[in-house]
Amino acid sequence: MSTTSTARPVAVLASRVRVDEKRIFAALDRRAVRYVQLDSRELRLADRAGRPAWSVVLNREISLSRAVHAARTLESWGVPVLNPAAAIEVCGNNWRTTLALREHGVPTPRASLALTPGAALQIMTEMGFPVVVKPVTGSWGRLVTPVYDRATAELVVEYIAALAGPESHLVYVQDLIEKPDRDLRVIVIGGRAVGAIYRRSAGWRTNVARGGEALPCPLTDELARLACAAASAVGAGIAGVDLIECADGSLSVLEVNHGVEFSGFQLAHGESIDLADQLVGYLIECAELEAARPSDRPVPDELVASR
Amino acid sequence: MTTLCPECEYQLTVPDQPSLNEVLECGECRTELEVVATAPVMLALAPEIEEDWGE
Repeated sequence: MSTTSTARPVAVLASRVRVDEKRIFAALDRRAVRYVQLDSRELRLADRAGRPAWSVVLNREISLSRAVHAARTLESWGVPVLNPAAAIEVCGNNWRTTLALREHGVPTPRASLALTPGAALQIMTEMGFPVVVKPVTGSWGRLVTPVYDRATAELVVEYIAALAGPESHLVYVQDLIEKPDRDLRVIVIGGRAVGAIYRRSAGWRTNVARGGEALPCPLTDELARLACAAASAVGAGIAGVDLIECADGSLSVLEVNHGVEFSGFQLAHGESIDLADQLVGYLIECAELEAARPSDRPVPDELVASR
Repeated sequence: MTTLCPECEYQLTVPDQPSLNEVLECGECRTELEVVATAPVMLALAPEIEEDWGE
């Protein structure tokens, strides 16, 4: 029996159906929610009058570029998207994430942005080694590089300068925080932290997509509070918040992910948390809020983030 | 249900109710395959991972 009161179906936008998306489809089926599966590769993003039949769109597009442009267009058609384009744009950009976290008082490692590779070398020297160099936009830990000394910095900058495309020459530099061989991931849905995992790896990058091991982590009040504050800072209703444990025991937010991949989280928690079902519950809640408001009014904030 | 891998023609087993756009891996050549039709099931080579994919 469906718990949604809206007559319109929800939509799930995805071009690649992974185990996460299959779990979401299964959760929608279990709750008897009407939905359509949209392949973003086949969307025709024309400027158009009138809104489509979907009440809310869950954005599971794996490509950042496609996710942003699809969300922007769907929003212009009057359809709320989870996550909204504005949140994706912030989460997809390391520097904008840092600025958003800072503006909202969320602890995050010291960082700087160099607009040229040459400036990056100067910034690294001024910040002091070790630092971490990251592309401004990037995913799955690609090209994230720890730099321990000036000689390595010169080499890294030389490689960055040789990369194609002006955006590749923007360099995000962050303090390298000494931490245990793990970091933490908290998943936030609709302004509520639903669970946490440790991500452990033999290498220094702990991304599950790179083979990092996911283990259940107790969700403390402090973890939940910080994760919710981080999700709110970037305007994301659904967020995977990555944190590190600093040497003094404090927590610091490294990044906020908009397109949460949760197979590792689900594996770690087993049947104690059904993440896909919680996502679907939030989707239904948003669809019901959307159904209750006049269609010519702007999308209310409560549909997209808990502020 | 089985169907031929479009890359190596291995007879691979497909889940009972595959989803459109689901990605499978051929057990023989390890190629990633995308379900491009479900009735009947049709497979094609899945797109290569792009630079802006993932979280």
